[in-house]
Amino acid sequence: MTIYTPPGSDGAIVSYQSRYDHYIGGEYVPPAKGQYFENPSPVTGRTFTEIARGTAEDVEKALDAAHGAAPAWGRTSPTERSIVLNKIADRMEQNLEKLAVAEAWENGKAVRETLAADIPLAIDHFRYFAGVIRAQEGTAGELDEDTVAYHFHEPLGVVAQIIPWNFPILMAVWKLAPALAAGNAVVLKPAEQTPASIHYLFSLIGDLIPPGVVNIVNGFGVEAGKPLASSNRVAKVAFTGETTTGRLIMQYASENLIPVTLELGGKSPNIFFDDVSRADDDFYDKALEGFTMFALNQGEVCTCPSRALIQQSHYSDFLAAAVKRTENLKQGNPLDTDTQVGAQASNDQLEKILSYLDIGRQEGARALTGGSRAEMSGDLSGGYYVQPTIFEGRNSMRIFQEEIFGPVVSVAPFADFDDAIKVANDTLYGLGAGVWTRDINQAYRAGRAIKAGRVWTNCYHLYPAHAAFGGYKQSGIGRENHRMMLDHYQQTKNLLVSYSPKAMGFF
Amino acid sequence: MMRQLREQHGPLMFHQSGGCCDGSSPMCYLEGEFRTGSSDVLLESLAIEGVPEPITFWMSASQFELWKHTHLTVDVVPGRGAGFSLEAPEGVRFLIRSRLLTERELAELAG
Repeated sequence: MTIYTPPGSDGAIVSYQSRYDHYIGGEYVPPAKGQYFENPSPVTGRTFTEIARGTAEDVEKALDAAHGAAPAWGRTSPTERSIVLNKIADRMEQNLEKLAVAEAWENGKAVRETLAADIPLAIDHFRYFAGVIRAQEGTAGELDEDTVAYHFHEPLGVVAQIIPWNFPILMAVWKLAPALAAGNAVVLKPAEQTPASIHYLFSLIGDLIPPGVVNIVNGFGVEAGKPLASSNRVAKVAFTGETTTGRLIMQYASENLIPVTLELGGKSPNIFFDDVSRADDDFYDKALEGFTMFALNQGEVCTCPSRALIQQSHYSDFLAAAVKRTENLKQGNPLDTDTQVGAQASNDQLEKILSYLDIGRQEGARALTGGSRAEMSGDLSGGYYVQPTIFEGRNSMRIFQEEIFGPVVSVAPFADFDDAIKVANDTLYGLGAGVWTRDINQAYRAGRAIKAGRVWTNCYHLYPAHAAFGGYKQSGIGRENHRMMLDHYQQTKNLLVSYSPKAMGFF
Repeated sequence: MMRQLREQHGPLMFHQSGGCCDGSSPMCYLEGEFRTGSSDVLLESLAIEGVPEPITFWMSASQFELWKHTHLTVDVVPGRGAGFSLEAPEGVRFLIRSRLLTERELAELAG
């Protein structure tokens, strides 16, 4: 067991600066309007640094830097870019523990997750795109004896990326790695709830990237995000967040005729067929852990398995075991490596979750465990903690239909295969899903029948590079986490070449 | 807050969000900034003292189907949501509070 010292305290392995400006053209640049905003840690509720409050002027400056850097960066060979990405990964690996503590402090998540998942996955993501960009090839199509169609990949140029707050570093890397591999320059806006950890990352890796290739503008959505997303100087916008902002970004993109990729969340079903309970063995234990995954990252995951569907024939016993498993979760100081559930990322997030606990009860759902704010003592008393909560109810209830983004799972029984698929698909979203069964034929049929972009089969919450991630229905557009994401950051250049010396004969 | 935002920015509207991160938040924009269409439902034109024109409150029709049995209140809490909602720089966040509609309210809406 290790309890890390809070960043900035004596003996801490990592410290934040007391202030962060924008990162533009490889330098720190104060905001044009000279304003800053406070950044509190959800662990304690107390401010630990202040952040530039960017506006359209700052966005323009970042776009100038990006446009200045994009042509040369776009001409580098895949090998050169691959080397840069690998160096970034190596530098992150050397500083893994520091990055993990920095991110936990800013976001409130448990450091055991950042140590074991967020940062290692981010490192691997750079390595993955360092690899696939070298293996990528264009094509040559022989149209006739004298005519060949060559297809080359070219970068889009300058792209905008708007990052969510639930995995501040990993989500930034999911977008940065393919964009950089493909040869684009980036203007990135972190979420205003978690604006600092990306700067800590760049304090480690900034020297590895040519100035202007990555620019970070902080600030509020309406003041900095909107001018970026609506700019006619970007060739693409990538956004992770919610549906209304997703639509607005698409609307701006339509005005500029540029593409978007959107990841807008879900309400993921996690289906437990009755054969899971056939034996009390390792697999049964794994399935119970799979149920409890709703509390991973305090439920602040777009694919949180927040609807558990359990087959009627083993419903009571499986649910009782799941409640017990959930009650054994250790919630507390996110900087303690034994802690499994930390703090919600912000006060408004806490308030929103509490409002759902309220409407859940009003609709008649029964809290089998949890159901309220978790009161902490000492330094943690000002932080934003919610008890892992299991509600029992019906799929029509709002807690079954809306992404609470907290450690809250809603449970309902199902009768048979068809019923399971019907309930699973009865949602506006289609990002993730889980299927648990010992019958591989049933697993396959269920996985294909669920309308979601990712169906975890006898596992959950794995995010390896090289497994495409993205949504059906209102969950968004595009696929991250796979080499196919390169397509979202590249143009196709076709050279249509005639090797015939003869005129065509038309004129 | 609405009076302050109206004064700073101009006529306002809400669109209720869904999905991840700041999903479930009512997003406040300049009226017309967010393009509504046939996939949206206008729930209410809110009359607020000191605001010259009503503030429209919209939601996507598919989401409305799942919410229509509940009464919504737009509250405001300290916070810092993402998205492009106008109140965020003020250090507050609009938040939806919900309660079930009563039998009488449901009957009135049906009638």
